[in-house]
Amino acid sequence: MSATIREVRDAVRSGARSATDVCADALARIEQANPTLNAFNTVVAERAMVRARAIDGDPHRWRGAALAGVPVALKDNLCTRGIRTTASSRMLEHYVPPYDATVVSRLEDAGAVIVGKTNCDEFAMGSSNENSAFGPVRNPWALDRIPGGTSGGSAAGVAAGLIPMALGSDTGGSIRQPAALCGVVGLKPTYGRVSRYGLIAHASSLDQIGPLARTVHDVAVTLGVLAGADSADATSAAEPVPDYTAALTGDVRDIRIGVPRALLEGIDGDVARATDAALDVLRSRGATLVNVDLPHARYATPVYYLVSTAEASSNLARYDGVRYGFRAKDEGPGTTDRGLRSMYARTRALGFGPEVKRRIMLGTYVLSAGYYDAYYLKAQQARTLILRDYDRAFEQVDVVPCGLGNGSRTLFRCT
Amino acid sequence: MPAGFTRDQIAAIAALAHLDLDAAEIDLFARQLGEILEYAEIVQQLDTTGVQPTSSVAGRHLTDRPDEVQPSIDREEALAAAPDAAVNAGFFRVPRVLG
Repeated sequence: MSATIREVRDAVRSGARSATDVCADALARIEQANPTLNAFNTVVAERAMVRARAIDGDPHRWRGAALAGVPVALKDNLCTRGIRTTASSRMLEHYVPPYDATVVSRLEDAGAVIVGKTNCDEFAMGSSNENSAFGPVRNPWALDRIPGGTSGGSAAGVAAGLIPMALGSDTGGSIRQPAALCGVVGLKPTYGRVSRYGLIAHASSLDQIGPLARTVHDVAVTLGVLAGADSADATSAAEPVPDYTAALTGDVRDIRIGVPRALLEGIDGDVARATDAALDVLRSRGATLVNVDLPHARYATPVYYLVSTAEASSNLARYDGVRYGFRAKDEGPGTTDRGLRSMYARTRALGFGPEVKRRIMLGTYVLSAGYYDAYYLKAQQARTLILRDYDRAFEQVDVVPCGLGNGSRTLFRCT
Repeated sequence: MPAGFTRDQIAAIAALAHLDLDAAEIDLFARQLGEILEYAEIVQQLDTTGVQPTSSVAGRHLTDRPDEVQPSIDREEALAAAPDAAVNAGFFRVPRVLG
Protein backbone atom coordinates (compact mmCIF):
# COMPACT_ATOMS: atom_id res chain seq x y z
CA MET A 1 0.00 0.00 0.00
CA SER A 2 1.57 3.24 -1.15
CA ALA A 3 -0.44 6.10 0.26
CA THR A 4 -0.02 9.76 -0.58
CA ILE A 5 0.54 12.57 1.92
CA ARG A 6 -3.08 13.59 1.49
CA GLU A 7 -4.36 10.07 2.20
CA VAL A 8 -2.19 9.57 5.28
CA ARG A 9 -2.89 13.00 6.71
CA ASP A 10 -6.65 12.68 6.15
CA ALA A 11 -6.69 9.22 7.75
CA VAL A 12 -4.76 10.43 10.80
CA ARG A 13 -6.87 13.59 11.13
CA SER A 14 -10.15 11.69 10.95
CA GLY A 15 -8.93 9.04 13.34
CA ALA A 16 -9.29 6.28 10.71
CA ARG A 17 -5.63 5.40 11.28
CA SER A 18 -3.23 6.24 14.06
CA ALA A 19 0.10 7.91 13.36
CA THR A 20 1.67 5.02 15.26
CA ASP A 21 0.18 2.48 12.83
CA VAL A 22 1.25 4.46 9.79
CA CYS A 23 4.77 4.80 11.19
CA ALA A 24 5.07 1.13 12.08
CA ASP A 25 3.96 0.20 8.56
CA ALA A 26 6.52 2.50 6.97
CA LEU A 27 9.31 1.15 9.18
CA ALA A 28 8.34 -2.42 8.33
CA ARG A 29 8.41 -1.67 4.60
CA ILE A 30 11.79 0.02 4.95
CA GLU A 31 13.22 -2.89 6.89
CA GLN A 32 12.06 -5.28 4.21
CA ALA A 33 13.14 -3.28 1.17
CA ASN A 34 16.30 -1.51 2.27
CA PRO A 35 18.72 -4.46 2.10
CA THR A 36 17.92 -4.59 -1.63
CA LEU A 37 17.50 -0.91 -2.46
CA ASN A 38 20.08 0.58 -0.05
CA ALA A 39 17.96 3.75 -0.09
CA PHE A 40 18.57 4.56 3.59
CA ASN A 41 21.86 5.28 5.35
CA THR A 42 20.17 5.60 8.74
CA VAL A 43 16.75 4.57 10.04
CA VAL A 44 15.56 6.07 13.34
CA ALA A 45 12.79 3.61 14.24
CA GLU A 46 12.57 4.36 17.98
CA ARG A 47 12.65 8.10 17.57
CA ALA A 48 9.98 7.91 14.87
CA MET A 49 7.66 5.76 17.00
CA VAL A 50 8.07 8.10 19.98
CA ARG A 51 7.16 10.99 17.75
CA ALA A 52 4.18 9.15 16.21
CA ARG A 53 2.87 8.28 19.68
CA ALA A 54 3.21 11.93 20.70
CA ILE A 55 1.10 12.95 17.72
CA ASP A 56 -1.55 10.36 18.58
CA GLY A 57 -1.49 11.55 22.20
CA ASP A 58 -2.42 15.14 21.34
CA PRO A 59 -4.91 15.03 18.46
CA HIS A 60 -6.20 18.53 19.13
CA ARG A 61 -2.78 20.08 18.64
CA TRP A 62 -2.00 18.19 15.42
CA ARG A 63 -5.45 18.10 13.81
CA GLY A 64 -4.81 21.07 11.54
CA ALA A 65 -1.17 20.23 10.79
CA ALA A 66 -0.35 19.99 7.10
CA LEU A 67 1.66 16.78 7.46
CA ALA A 68 0.08 15.24 10.57
CA GLY A 69 1.47 11.74 11.08
CA VAL A 70 3.08 11.56 7.63
CA PRO A 71 6.30 9.49 7.63
CA VAL A 72 9.06 11.29 5.72
CA ALA A 73 12.70 10.74 4.89
CA LEU A 74 15.50 13.26 4.53
CA LYS A 75 18.47 13.19 2.18
CA ASP A 76 21.56 12.57 4.26
CA ASN A 77 23.01 16.00 3.50
CA LEU A 78 20.38 17.66 5.70
CA CYS A 79 21.49 18.24 9.29
CA THR A 80 19.35 16.55 11.91
CA ARG A 81 20.13 17.20 15.55
CA GLY A 82 21.13 14.01 17.31
CA ILE A 83 20.80 11.92 14.13
CA ARG A 84 23.89 10.89 12.21
CA THR A 85 24.32 12.97 9.04
CA THR A 86 26.95 11.68 6.64
CA ALA A 87 26.46 13.30 3.22
CA SER A 88 27.24 9.69 2.19
CA SER A 89 30.92 10.37 2.84
CA ARG A 90 33.60 8.75 4.98
CA MET A 91 34.46 12.29 6.00
CA LEU A 92 31.21 12.52 8.00
CA GLU A 93 30.57 8.83 8.62
CA HIS A 94 30.11 9.34 12.37
CA TYR A 95 29.06 12.99 12.41
CA VAL A 96 26.07 13.90 14.57
CA PRO A 97 24.96 17.52 14.06
CA PRO A 98 24.12 19.70 17.06
CA TYR A 99 21.30 21.41 15.19
CA ASP A 100 18.39 20.81 12.81
CA ALA A 101 18.20 22.25 9.33
CA THR A 102 15.38 24.80 9.05
CA VAL A 103 13.45 22.50 6.69
CA VAL A 104 13.63 19.74 9.32
CA SER A 105 12.13 22.01 11.99
CA ARG A 106 9.41 23.13 9.60
CA LEU A 107 8.49 19.54 8.68
CA GLU A 108 8.28 18.54 12.34
CA ASP A 109 6.27 21.64 13.23
CA ALA A 110 3.82 20.49 10.54
CA GLY A 111 3.45 17.06 12.16
CA ALA A 112 5.78 15.00 9.95
CA VAL A 113 7.41 11.87 11.38
CA ILE A 114 11.05 11.54 10.32
CA VAL A 115 11.93 7.89 9.77
CA GLY A 116 15.47 8.16 8.42
CA LYS A 117 18.21 9.63 6.25
CA THR A 118 18.50 8.63 2.64
CA ASN A 119 21.54 7.58 0.67
CA CYS A 120 22.90 9.97 -1.95
CA ASP A 121 25.99 10.65 -4.02
CA GLU A 122 28.81 11.83 -1.76
CA PHE A 123 28.40 15.53 -0.89
CA ALA A 124 25.67 15.66 -3.57
CA MET A 125 28.21 15.25 -6.38
CA GLY A 126 27.23 12.90 -9.16
CA SER A 127 24.18 11.82 -11.13
CA SER A 128 23.68 8.13 -10.49
CA ASN A 129 23.99 7.50 -6.74
CA GLU A 130 27.05 5.38 -7.51
CA ASN A 131 29.34 7.81 -5.70
CA SER A 132 28.16 7.05 -2.18
CA ALA A 133 30.68 5.78 0.35
CA PHE A 134 27.92 3.43 1.55
CA GLY A 135 27.13 1.65 -1.70
CA PRO A 136 24.88 2.41 -4.65
CA VAL A 137 21.12 2.77 -4.52
CA ARG A 138 19.03 0.50 -6.78
CA ASN A 139 16.11 1.67 -8.88
CA PRO A 140 12.99 -0.06 -7.49
CA TRP A 141 11.58 -0.44 -11.01
CA ALA A 142 14.56 -2.49 -12.17
CA LEU A 143 17.25 -3.45 -9.65
CA ASP A 144 20.05 -3.47 -12.22
CA ARG A 145 19.44 0.19 -13.04
CA ILE A 146 20.43 3.41 -11.37
CA PRO A 147 17.81 5.52 -9.61
CA GLY A 148 19.63 8.65 -10.70
CA GLY A 149 21.32 11.12 -8.38
CA THR A 150 22.26 12.72 -6.30
CA SER A 151 18.96 12.31 -4.42
CA GLY A 152 18.80 8.64 -5.43
CA GLY A 153 17.82 7.28 -2.03
CA SER A 154 14.96 9.74 -1.66
CA ALA A 155 13.67 9.00 -5.16
CA ALA A 156 13.92 5.24 -4.71
CA GLY A 157 12.25 5.39 -1.29
CA VAL A 158 9.26 7.29 -2.63
CA ALA A 159 9.03 5.18 -5.82
CA ALA A 160 9.08 1.97 -3.76
CA GLY A 161 6.24 3.26 -1.59
CA LEU A 162 8.37 3.24 1.58
CA ILE A 163 7.40 6.82 2.46
CA PRO A 164 5.03 9.26 0.73
CA MET A 165 7.61 12.05 0.66
CA ALA A 166 11.34 12.50 0.96
CA LEU A 167 13.43 15.64 0.80
CA GLY A 168 16.26 15.91 -1.66
CA SER A 169 18.58 18.67 -2.79
CA ASP A 170 19.22 19.97 -6.29
CA THR A 171 22.29 21.82 -7.55
CA GLY A 172 22.41 20.74 -11.20
CA GLY A 173 19.40 18.45 -11.44
CA SER A 174 19.80 16.25 -8.37
CA ILE A 175 16.10 16.22 -7.45
CA ARG A 176 14.62 16.41 -10.92
CA GLN A 177 16.75 13.77 -12.60
CA PRO A 178 16.31 10.95 -10.02
CA ALA A 179 12.61 11.82 -9.78
CA ALA A 180 12.34 11.32 -13.54
CA LEU A 181 14.35 8.09 -13.50
CA CYS A 182 12.21 6.67 -10.67
CA GLY A 183 8.89 7.89 -12.03
CA VAL A 184 8.01 10.22 -9.16
CA VAL A 185 7.44 13.97 -8.87
CA GLY A 186 10.44 16.09 -7.86
CA LEU A 187 10.62 19.83 -7.47
CA LYS A 188 13.61 22.13 -7.37
CA PRO A 189 12.19 25.36 -5.95
CA THR A 190 13.28 28.74 -7.27
CA TYR A 191 16.57 29.70 -5.65
CA GLY A 192 15.84 31.39 -2.33
CA ARG A 193 12.34 29.94 -1.95
CA VAL A 194 13.48 27.39 0.67
CA SER A 195 16.05 28.07 3.38
CA ARG A 196 19.41 26.34 2.93
CA TYR A 197 20.28 26.57 6.62
CA GLY A 198 21.44 23.12 7.67
CA LEU A 199 21.96 21.84 4.12
CA ILE A 200 25.52 20.56 3.76
CA ALA A 201 26.66 22.97 1.07
CA HIS A 202 27.75 21.92 -2.40
CA ALA A 203 27.45 25.08 -4.54
CA SER A 204 25.96 27.94 -2.60
CA SER A 205 24.57 29.92 -5.54
CA LEU A 206 22.85 26.83 -6.99
CA ASP A 207 21.78 24.53 -4.10
CA GLN A 208 18.10 24.20 -3.23
CA ILE A 209 16.23 21.74 -1.04
CA GLY A 210 12.99 20.30 -2.42
CA PRO A 211 10.42 17.53 -2.08
CA LEU A 212 10.02 14.24 -3.96
CA ALA A 213 6.60 12.60 -3.74
CA ARG A 214 4.15 10.52 -5.77
CA THR A 215 1.77 13.34 -6.74
CA VAL A 216 2.03 17.00 -7.67
CA HIS A 217 -0.47 17.77 -4.92
CA ASP A 218 1.81 16.21 -2.30
CA VAL A 219 4.75 18.23 -3.61
CA ALA A 220 2.63 21.41 -3.42
CA VAL A 221 1.62 20.70 0.18
CA THR A 222 5.23 20.07 1.17
CA LEU A 223 6.54 23.18 -0.57
CA GLY A 224 3.99 25.21 1.38
CA VAL A 225 5.49 23.84 4.60
CA LEU A 226 9.11 24.39 3.59
CA ALA A 227 8.94 27.76 1.84
CA GLY A 228 9.45 31.19 3.31
CA ALA A 229 12.08 33.59 4.56
CA ASP A 230 14.51 32.39 7.22
CA SER A 231 16.72 34.75 9.22
CA ALA A 232 19.31 31.96 9.39
CA ASP A 233 19.74 32.03 5.58
CA ALA A 234 20.46 35.46 4.15
CA THR A 235 19.79 34.21 0.61
CA SER A 236 16.27 33.10 1.44
CA ALA A 237 13.63 35.13 -0.36
CA ALA A 238 11.46 37.71 1.35
CA GLU A 239 8.63 36.86 -1.09
CA PRO A 240 5.33 35.83 0.52
CA VAL A 241 4.35 32.14 0.28
CA PRO A 242 1.13 31.51 -1.67
CA ASP A 243 -1.17 28.49 -1.28
CA TYR A 244 0.46 26.24 -3.86
CA THR A 245 -2.39 23.71 -3.82
CA ALA A 246 -4.85 26.43 -4.89
CA ALA A 247 -3.04 26.63 -8.24
CA LEU A 248 -3.74 22.96 -9.02
CA THR A 249 -6.96 23.54 -10.96
CA GLY A 250 -6.04 21.41 -13.96
CA ASP A 251 -7.08 24.28 -16.24
CA VAL A 252 -4.30 25.10 -18.71
CA ARG A 253 -6.21 27.34 -21.09
CA ASP A 254 -4.42 30.50 -20.00
CA ILE A 255 -0.97 28.94 -20.02
CA ARG A 256 1.54 29.84 -22.71
CA ILE A 257 4.21 27.16 -23.17
CA GLY A 258 7.53 28.15 -24.72
CA VAL A 259 8.96 25.13 -26.53
CA PRO A 260 12.74 25.39 -26.92
CA ARG A 261 12.98 23.51 -30.21
CA ALA A 262 16.74 23.87 -30.61
CA LEU A 263 17.34 22.57 -27.09
CA LEU A 264 15.20 19.50 -27.67
CA GLU A 265 17.03 18.52 -30.85
CA GLY A 266 19.79 16.45 -29.27
CA ILE A 267 17.49 14.51 -26.96
CA ASP A 268 17.14 10.72 -27.07
CA GLY A 269 14.31 9.45 -29.36
CA ASP A 270 12.06 7.97 -26.65
CA VAL A 271 12.39 11.05 -24.45
CA ALA A 272 11.68 13.35 -27.42
CA ARG A 273 8.57 11.34 -28.28
CA ALA A 274 7.37 11.43 -24.68
CA THR A 275 7.95 15.17 -24.51
CA ASP A 276 6.01 15.75 -27.73
CA ALA A 277 3.17 13.53 -26.49
CA ALA A 278 2.94 15.52 -23.25
CA LEU A 279 2.91 18.79 -25.17
CA ASP A 280 0.12 17.43 -27.39
CA VAL A 281 -2.00 16.70 -24.31
CA LEU A 282 -1.50 20.24 -23.04
CA ARG A 283 -2.27 21.71 -26.44
CA SER A 284 -5.46 19.65 -26.74
CA ARG A 285 -6.56 21.04 -23.36
CA GLY A 286 -6.21 24.59 -24.53
CA ALA A 287 -2.64 25.62 -23.72
CA THR A 288 -0.88 27.77 -26.29
CA LEU A 289 2.43 26.46 -27.66
CA VAL A 290 5.00 28.98 -28.87
CA ASN A 291 8.54 28.38 -30.10
CA VAL A 292 11.21 30.10 -28.04
CA ASP A 293 14.87 30.49 -28.68
CA LEU A 294 17.43 29.97 -25.92
CA PRO A 295 20.65 30.52 -27.85
CA HIS A 296 22.95 30.26 -24.81
CA ALA A 297 21.39 27.15 -23.29
CA ARG A 298 24.15 24.95 -24.69
CA TYR A 299 26.65 26.75 -22.49
CA ALA A 300 24.79 25.74 -19.34
CA THR A 301 26.59 22.46 -18.70
CA PRO A 302 30.14 23.77 -19.13
CA VAL A 303 29.24 26.87 -17.09
CA TYR A 304 27.92 24.54 -14.41
CA TYR A 305 31.19 22.58 -14.36
CA LEU A 306 33.14 25.79 -13.78
CA VAL A 307 30.83 27.57 -11.33
CA SER A 308 29.69 24.62 -9.22
CA THR A 309 33.16 23.12 -8.81
CA ALA A 310 34.62 26.50 -7.87
CA GLU A 311 31.97 26.96 -5.20
CA ALA A 312 32.30 23.34 -4.06
CA SER A 313 36.07 23.64 -3.63
CA SER A 314 35.46 26.59 -1.36
CA ASN A 315 32.63 24.94 0.59
CA LEU A 316 34.49 21.69 1.15
CA ALA A 317 37.56 23.45 2.54
CA ARG A 318 35.89 23.19 5.95
CA TYR A 319 36.43 19.41 6.05
CA ASP A 320 39.88 19.44 7.56
CA GLY A 321 39.69 17.16 10.58
CA VAL A 322 39.62 20.02 13.09
CA ARG A 323 36.09 20.73 14.30
CA TYR A 324 34.07 17.68 13.26
CA GLY A 325 34.19 14.61 11.07
CA PHE A 326 37.04 12.33 10.21
CA ARG A 327 40.67 13.05 11.13
CA ALA A 328 43.50 10.92 9.71
CA LYS A 329 45.56 9.29 12.42
CA ASP A 330 49.01 10.58 13.16
CA GLU A 331 51.43 8.39 11.24
CA GLY A 332 53.66 8.22 14.28
CA PRO A 333 57.27 9.05 15.05
CA GLY A 334 59.66 8.62 12.16
CA THR A 335 57.37 10.34 9.61
CA THR A 336 58.84 13.59 8.48
CA ASP A 337 55.77 15.83 8.60
CA ARG A 338 53.33 15.45 11.46
CA GLY A 339 52.14 19.03 11.51
CA LEU A 340 48.78 20.62 10.87
CA ARG A 341 49.04 20.90 7.10
CA SER A 342 50.02 17.28 6.78
CA MET A 343 47.01 16.33 8.87
CA TYR A 344 44.72 18.37 6.58
CA ALA A 345 46.07 16.73 3.43
CA ARG A 346 45.94 13.16 4.75
CA THR A 347 42.48 13.66 6.27
CA ARG A 348 41.07 14.94 3.01
CA ALA A 349 42.83 12.26 0.97
CA LEU A 350 41.26 9.51 3.06
CA GLY A 351 37.92 11.15 3.80
CA PHE A 352 36.85 12.12 0.27
CA GLY A 353 35.93 9.84 -2.62
CA PRO A 354 37.27 10.27 -6.18
CA GLU A 355 34.40 12.32 -7.61
CA VAL A 356 34.61 14.80 -4.75
CA LYS A 357 38.38 15.09 -5.12
CA ARG A 358 38.05 15.65 -8.85
CA ARG A 359 35.60 18.51 -8.37
CA ILE A 360 37.69 20.09 -5.63
CA MET A 361 40.74 19.93 -7.91
CA LEU A 362 38.91 21.50 -10.85
CA GLY A 363 37.30 24.16 -8.70
CA THR A 364 40.58 25.04 -7.02
CA TYR A 365 42.24 25.48 -10.40
CA VAL A 366 39.36 27.58 -11.76
CA LEU A 367 39.65 29.96 -8.80
CA SER A 368 43.42 30.06 -8.62
CA ALA A 369 45.45 33.22 -9.21
CA GLY A 370 45.96 33.82 -12.90
CA TYR A 371 43.00 31.69 -13.95
CA TYR A 372 40.10 33.25 -12.04
CA ASP A 373 39.26 35.76 -14.80
CA ALA A 374 39.59 33.28 -17.63
CA TYR A 375 37.41 30.60 -16.07
CA TYR A 376 35.27 31.58 -13.10
CA LEU A 377 34.56 35.19 -14.03
CA LYS A 378 33.95 34.26 -17.67
CA ALA A 379 31.54 31.51 -16.58
CA GLN A 380 29.61 33.98 -14.41
CA GLN A 381 29.32 36.29 -17.39
CA ALA A 382 28.04 33.42 -19.54
CA ARG A 383 25.57 32.74 -16.75
CA THR A 384 24.17 36.25 -17.22
CA LEU A 385 23.65 35.58 -20.93
CA ILE A 386 21.85 32.30 -20.16
CA LEU A 387 19.62 34.13 -17.67
CA ARG A 388 18.79 36.86 -20.16
CA ASP A 389 17.56 34.24 -22.67
CA TYR A 390 15.07 32.99 -20.07
CA ASP A 391 14.03 36.52 -19.05
CA ARG A 392 13.26 37.26 -22.69
CA ALA A 393 11.36 33.98 -23.11
CA PHE A 394 9.28 34.64 -19.97
CA GLU A 395 8.10 37.92 -21.45
CA GLN A 396 6.12 35.82 -23.93
CA VAL A 397 5.47 32.53 -22.14
CA ASP A 398 4.74 31.17 -18.66
CA VAL A 399 6.70 27.93 -18.76
CA VAL A 400 9.55 26.35 -20.73
CA PRO A 401 9.36 22.53 -20.72
CA CYS A 402 12.29 20.25 -21.25
CA GLY A 403 12.57 16.51 -21.71
CA LEU A 404 15.02 15.01 -19.25
CA GLY A 405 17.43 12.20 -19.51
CA ASN A 406 19.23 10.13 -21.99
CA GLY A 407 18.11 6.51 -22.33
CA SER A 408 21.56 4.99 -22.17
CA ARG A 409 22.18 6.52 -18.76
CA THR A 410 19.77 4.25 -16.94
CA LEU A 411 22.10 1.26 -16.98
CA PHE A 412 24.70 0.52 -14.37
CA ARG A 413 28.29 0.85 -15.38
CA CYS A 414 30.24 -2.35 -14.73
CA THR A 415 31.62 -2.30 -11.18
CA MET B 1 44.55 27.67 -22.13
CA PRO B 2 46.44 24.46 -21.40
CA ALA B 3 45.46 21.40 -23.44
CA GLY B 4 46.65 19.17 -20.65
CA PHE B 5 48.21 19.41 -17.20
CA THR B 6 51.68 18.44 -16.11
CA ARG B 7 52.25 16.48 -12.92
CA ASP B 8 53.80 19.57 -11.36
CA GLN B 9 50.70 21.61 -12.12
CA ILE B 10 48.44 18.96 -10.58
CA ALA B 11 50.71 18.76 -7.53
CA ALA B 12 50.51 22.56 -7.15
CA ILE B 13 46.70 22.53 -7.32
CA ALA B 14 46.58 19.65 -4.83
CA ALA B 15 48.76 21.65 -2.45
CA LEU B 16 46.35 24.60 -2.68
CA ALA B 17 43.45 22.23 -1.98
CA HIS B 18 45.25 20.51 0.92
CA LEU B 19 44.84 17.14 -0.76
CA ASP B 20 47.43 14.35 -0.65
CA LEU B 21 47.36 12.58 -4.00
CA ASP B 22 49.19 9.40 -4.92
CA ALA B 23 50.99 9.01 -8.27
CA ALA B 24 48.03 7.29 -9.94
CA GLU B 25 45.65 10.07 -8.86
CA ILE B 26 48.04 12.74 -10.14
CA ASP B 27 48.09 11.12 -13.57
CA LEU B 28 44.33 10.55 -13.56
CA PHE B 29 43.50 14.13 -12.62
CA ALA B 30 46.03 15.51 -15.10
CA ARG B 31 44.10 13.75 -17.83
CA GLN B 32 40.58 14.38 -16.49
CA LEU B 33 41.03 18.07 -15.70
CA GLY B 34 42.45 18.52 -19.19
CA GLU B 35 39.41 16.81 -20.73
CA ILE B 36 36.89 18.81 -18.73
CA LEU B 37 38.56 22.12 -19.48
CA GLU B 38 38.73 21.23 -23.17
CA TYR B 39 34.98 20.63 -23.07
CA ALA B 40 34.45 23.92 -21.22
CA GLU B 41 36.52 25.76 -23.82
CA ILE B 42 33.34 26.88 -25.66
CA VAL B 43 32.63 29.23 -22.74
CA GLN B 44 35.95 30.95 -23.38
CA GLN B 45 34.80 31.65 -26.95
CA LEU B 46 31.65 33.53 -25.94
CA ASP B 47 31.65 37.27 -26.49
CA THR B 48 31.02 38.64 -23.00
CA THR B 49 32.12 42.23 -23.61
CA GLY B 50 30.31 44.50 -21.19
CA VAL B 51 28.37 41.64 -19.59
CA GLN B 52 28.08 41.76 -15.81
CA PRO B 53 28.91 38.49 -14.04
CA THR B 54 26.08 36.82 -12.11
CA SER B 55 27.32 35.60 -8.76
CA SER B 56 23.92 35.24 -7.15
CA VAL B 57 20.38 34.82 -8.37
CA ALA B 58 18.84 35.69 -5.01
CA GLY B 59 16.08 38.18 -5.65
CA ARG B 60 14.46 40.22 -2.92
CA HIS B 61 16.05 38.67 0.16
CA LEU B 62 16.89 39.39 3.76
CA THR B 63 19.92 41.60 3.93
CA ASP B 64 20.28 42.50 7.56
CA ARG B 65 18.72 42.16 10.99
CA PRO B 66 18.71 44.28 14.15
CA ASP B 67 22.08 44.35 15.90
CA GLU B 68 20.92 42.24 18.83
CA VAL B 69 22.73 39.34 20.46
CA GLN B 70 21.11 36.03 19.50
CA PRO B 71 21.68 32.67 21.19
CA SER B 72 24.53 30.45 19.95
CA ILE B 73 25.17 26.74 20.10
CA ASP B 74 26.38 25.73 23.55
CA ARG B 75 30.17 25.39 23.53
CA GLU B 76 30.24 21.85 24.89
CA GLU B 77 27.82 20.76 22.17
CA ALA B 78 29.97 22.44 19.56
CA LEU B 79 33.06 20.62 20.83
CA ALA B 80 31.28 17.28 21.13
CA ALA B 81 31.76 16.32 17.49
CA ALA B 82 35.45 17.24 17.42
CA PRO B 83 38.08 14.55 16.79
CA ASP B 84 40.19 16.04 19.60
CA ALA B 85 38.61 18.59 21.85
CA ALA B 86 40.08 20.25 24.95
CA VAL B 87 36.63 20.56 26.50
CA ASN B 88 37.59 22.31 29.75
CA ALA B 89 39.74 24.88 27.98
CA GLY B 90 37.11 25.27 25.24
CA PHE B 91 39.42 24.61 22.29
CA PHE B 92 39.80 22.26 19.35
CA ARG B 93 43.19 20.54 19.65
CA VAL B 94 45.29 20.15 16.48
CA PRO B 95 48.80 19.03 15.51
CA ARG B 96 51.47 21.71 15.79
CA VAL B 97 51.28 24.65 13.44
CA LEU B 98 54.84 25.88 13.68
CA GLY B 99 58.14 24.06 13.60
